[in-house]
Amino acid sequence: MKPEELKFAHSHEWAHIAQTDGKQIATVGISAHAIEALSDVVYMELPEVGAEVTAGASFGEVESVKATSDLFSPVTGKVIEVNTSLPDNLEVLSTDPYGQGWIIKVEITSDTSVESLLDFVAYEAICNE
Amino acid sequence: MTSGQFLETPLHQWHVDNGGRMVEFAGWSMPVQYASIVAEHHHTRTKLGLFDVSHMGRLFFSGHDVDQYLDALSTRRIVGVEPGKVRYSLICNDDGTILDDVLIYHLAAGGSFAAGDEQSDSFYMMVCNASNRAKINQWFADHLPAQSNLQIDDRTESTAMIAVQGPEANNVVASIASIDPAALSYYCGTVCKVDGGDAILSRTGYTGEDGCEMIVHSAVAAAVWQKLHDAAKFIGGGATGLAARDTLRLEAAMPLYGHELSEEINAAQTELRFAINLKGRSFAGRDAIASAMAEKTLPVRVGIELEGRRPAREGCNIIAADPTNQEVQEVQEVIGHLTSGSLSPTLGVPIAMGYIRPQYAVVGTELLIDIRGKSVAAKVVELPFYKRKDH
Repeated sequence: MKPEELKFAHSHEWAHIAQTDGKQIATVGISAHAIEALSDVVYMELPEVGAEVTAGASFGEVESVKATSDLFSPVTGKVIEVNTSLPDNLEVLSTDPYGQGWIIKVEITSDTSVESLLDFVAYEAICNE
Repeated sequence: MTSGQFLETPLHQWHVDNGGRMVEFAGWSMPVQYASIVAEHHHTRTKLGLFDVSHMGRLFFSGHDVDQYLDALSTRRIVGVEPGKVRYSLICNDDGTILDDVLIYHLAAGGSFAAGDEQSDSFYMMVCNASNRAKINQWFADHLPAQSNLQIDDRTESTAMIAVQGPEANNVVASIASIDPAALSYYCGTVCKVDGGDAILSRTGYTGEDGCEMIVHSAVAAAVWQKLHDAAKFIGGGATGLAARDTLRLEAAMPLYGHELSEEINAAQTELRFAINLKGRSFAGRDAIASAMAEKTLPVRVGIELEGRRPAREGCNIIAADPTNQEVQEVQEVIGHLTSGSLSPTLGVPIAMGYIRPQYAVVGTELLIDIRGKSVAAKVVELPFYKRKDH
């Protein structure tokens, strides 16, 4: 996926929203900017399928050599799929953060959570501040 | 020397110009990393890493009986140490708790680094942690004997200090120094020339690799660094930041002040027996340290290796493991806490140091580490975690 097609949270997670069977499904990952800032990612803690996530709240953790960082959900809903091959393959976060580096898929239960997300241009502007 | 809020080393501009991610550390603006922490860690272990450690305190002593003065404040014997030797020591409060860990150098006089006006054959200097520089200056000043001519000269801000560490480190330094660092024995030092200017060189370091540390005057530091860096890059080494410095020293099980050492910890707890000389000596904290060593009731420092890949960090609780009970334990007994932790880039496993009740401090003891509410299996291991091949 191209970053221009995505929505972004201030906390550097991205979301791709798609309609499937009348449901809104968000695919969630971390931006290239955040991956670069993290550097040396060594571990990722993912939620279980079925877990509830809330926009702005932590849904997992990513560890670099230096520090632990929370992953914040950009949307509110239920986790329907988790990228289980990612923790053993963390380089993919650097090589393909918007594609194979996806982390979870969420069935959105609250539309309003999507409204406050930024488009790519607005997100880039914050990063360059 | 300073622009903005923080002190800057003579190499500050180089770091900024060469991709250094600058952070505040002990009041200084320092490079935490350049590109990748893991890459810097690896190039230090395989070739060489250059470290700007100019933020560390450098105190020069002059006057009569400096050796006795330093000896009375140092856990390590200083009286009788010959010129050319460097001693790692703790500096303690009267209650045995730790003010700092330092290197004390006794050097044959030479060049512009000789201290004081006295025509002495040798002089003493001390390198202390940046975070403790003011405190150590104060402690040593407060303990100057009455009516002595002893003087403390803090030359931190007129000098720079560069550590060159790794299997190729001494070769690279030899190419611009008047002596080959490999000709110095371990923990020995000397005044010499680097790039034609006065320097103090010692075969010391904080990474577990061979190499040396040099002190040069501020005015020449950037030129020296550039030469070292160009030579290093040519053979696959490079500049190394504070983050990799931390993973390197952790693998070598070297304590870090503010983590394994602090004013909450008695020197007896640190498992640094080599740095504490009790017999026939009197020094600040001696009796409290001797008592603690005899009683053996305080938590002691251990090395821990965790299962899996998730790093544990300082502050994590250490919990007694009950291998007979696979169920979640209702009462988890906290028996210690971690003081440092990371994924070891060289070993590929999570490692940590911490303090644990002495009865659990046996190599092989199974433990649980509480990482943000999850219990991870771990065990006490021998230190250091990493030892270089020729050591």
